Amino acid sequence: MIEVDRLSHSIGGSGILKDVTTSIPAGGITAIIGPNGAGKSTLLNLIARQSPIESGRITVDGLDVSTTDTRQLALKMAYVAQNTGVASRLRVAELVGFGRWPHCHGRPAQADREAVTEALALFSLDGLENRFLDELSGGQKQRAFIAMAHAQATDWLLLDEPLNNLDMFHARKLMRDLDTLARERNRSVVMVVHEINYACAWADHVIGMRDGRVVIEGPVEDVVTEAGMRTLYDLDARVTEIDGHRHVLHHV
Amino acid sequence: MGLSRARLATVLGLLVLGGVSLLTGVAHLDPRQIFADPEALQLLMLSRLPRTMACLLTGAGLAVAGVIMQLMVRNRFVEPGTTGTAEAAMLGLLAVTLVAPGMAIFGKTMVSAVAALIGMGGFLLLTRNLPPEQPVLIPLVGLIYSGIIGAGTTFVAWQTDLMQYLGVWMNGEFSGVLAGRYELLWLAGVLGGVAWLAADQFSIVGLGRSASLNLGLNYNQVMALGVATVAIVTAMVVVTVGLLPFIGLVVPNIVSRLLGDNLRQTLPVVAGMGAGLVLLSDVIGRLVRYPYEIPAGTVFGVVGAIVFLWLLLGRGASLAR
Repeated sequence: MIEVDRLSHSIGGSGILKDVTTSIPAGGITAIIGPNGAGKSTLLNLIARQSPIESGRITVDGLDVSTTDTRQLALKMAYVAQNTGVASRLRVAELVGFGRWPHCHGRPAQADREAVTEALALFSLDGLENRFLDELSGGQKQRAFIAMAHAQATDWLLLDEPLNNLDMFHARKLMRDLDTLARERNRSVVMVVHEINYACAWADHVIGMRDGRVVIEGPVEDVVTEAGMRTLYDLDARVTEIDGHRHVLHHV
Repeated sequence: MGLSRARLATVLGLLVLGGVSLLTGVAHLDPRQIFADPEALQLLMLSRLPRTMACLLTGAGLAVAGVIMQLMVRNRFVEPGTTGTAEAAMLGLLAVTLVAPGMAIFGKTMVSAVAALIGMGGFLLLTRNLPPEQPVLIPLVGLIYSGIIGAGTTFVAWQTDLMQYLGVWMNGEFSGVLAGRYELLWLAGVLGGVAWLAADQFSIVGLGRSASLNLGLNYNQVMALGVATVAIVTAMVVVTVGLLPFIGLVVPNIVSRLLGDNLRQTLPVVAGMGAGLVLLSDVIGRLVRYPYEIPAGTVFGVVGAIVFLWLLLGRGASLAR
């Protein structure tokens, strides 16, 4: 379980997170949703120890993020940033191989090589392993970075808008793969999602943020309601069920 | 081009070039006479071999410094000579020459290295918040920054009548290299070796701060190691033979196009190619208007530019795929 306790954070003098207290259950997929500028990415960032915590406390399975050795945390959680940026000219297999760094520190053993091969296959990157990152499409690159995080073999996978850059086919495939990881390998996935219907279809737990606060949280049925959408996004949209899935008709 | 082929080509090229360099010069050297003729042996050990080694170490050191800096800044278009590090090293060297002219060369080098360290630190701070979507901004800021430090250095040198020193430090040139006057460069070579031990860390740093922290890397420690390596290598080159601009820019770019950025695998090729190109430039410089010489730095300006263009536009571009 990830526990966030009275967390506040400001960037450049303006408050991004205001006294956030929440918890993320282990197992399954947790979606963080909310309008732009709600503080979703900042929250994920702080959980992934990307910036020092100003006030408040975060623990991941009991480990305090700001005091635990970063190498130990690297075996506990893997994080993929929203914008992986201008990557250097690494081959896909080399990039995924760096996901094993916390385990082998540059001296890969058989288990490490197997983990890389498995990650490449899982995210349909076999055949691309010798390509340079700058020769990949946006979606392939995105998958390569998620494969790297998978190879890190951590209990927690933290993904900041992983569906960016992905077409419908690959977006659904990624969600199915993450679902499989959560069900069969007992991984806990936390992801920032913009497209609410992906959260509806796959999330076990939803955290809704607005203006630096968690305003609504719980299972999909409780959060994704017409009232919930109004609270979160000021959005009047019909919420319906299609084939047993909650669905927000936000685009019409 | 495969990695093993590139490594083989590098080693063979270095061996051939090294042999040519040993036999090239105003004084005639007959390889069959080396052990028979004490003068020939002396020529070899006091002048030709030190000069050849100085070229190799300088080239390797500058190329390694260049690639490390590029990974740290995450930008292809930077090197110590275009971002203020070399200028800061010169300023430090100028200052110590003025204040303590009698100081031993090692002490002067250390002062120069500290100045280079500060200069590079300033550049990193300056570029830290530049938007990554605008990759041209970083080298541009570097040029302006180095221009400002360079102007300050020139001003001081002008006021104190030391302009000719600046000329020596800025134009990499090997004709003055003799046994006993270049050995500091070996330390630059050792630092390159240390960098190779940390090659994976530098590759990860090249993926960015976020990925580094995620993998549990001590980001600040690796950055500090990088800054120290680059600054000390730069200072040593400036002090002993003078700076050769663009080696640190051209060589890593060529190797990256051909073999990628996995430093553990490519660093030996980067070092070898840097060494080879500087040595080649020096040999050409010795031959073009024999028995006079052209500085290796000048020759490399021409050779390096042609090779770079060939790689960007010509056959090399297809070779890179």
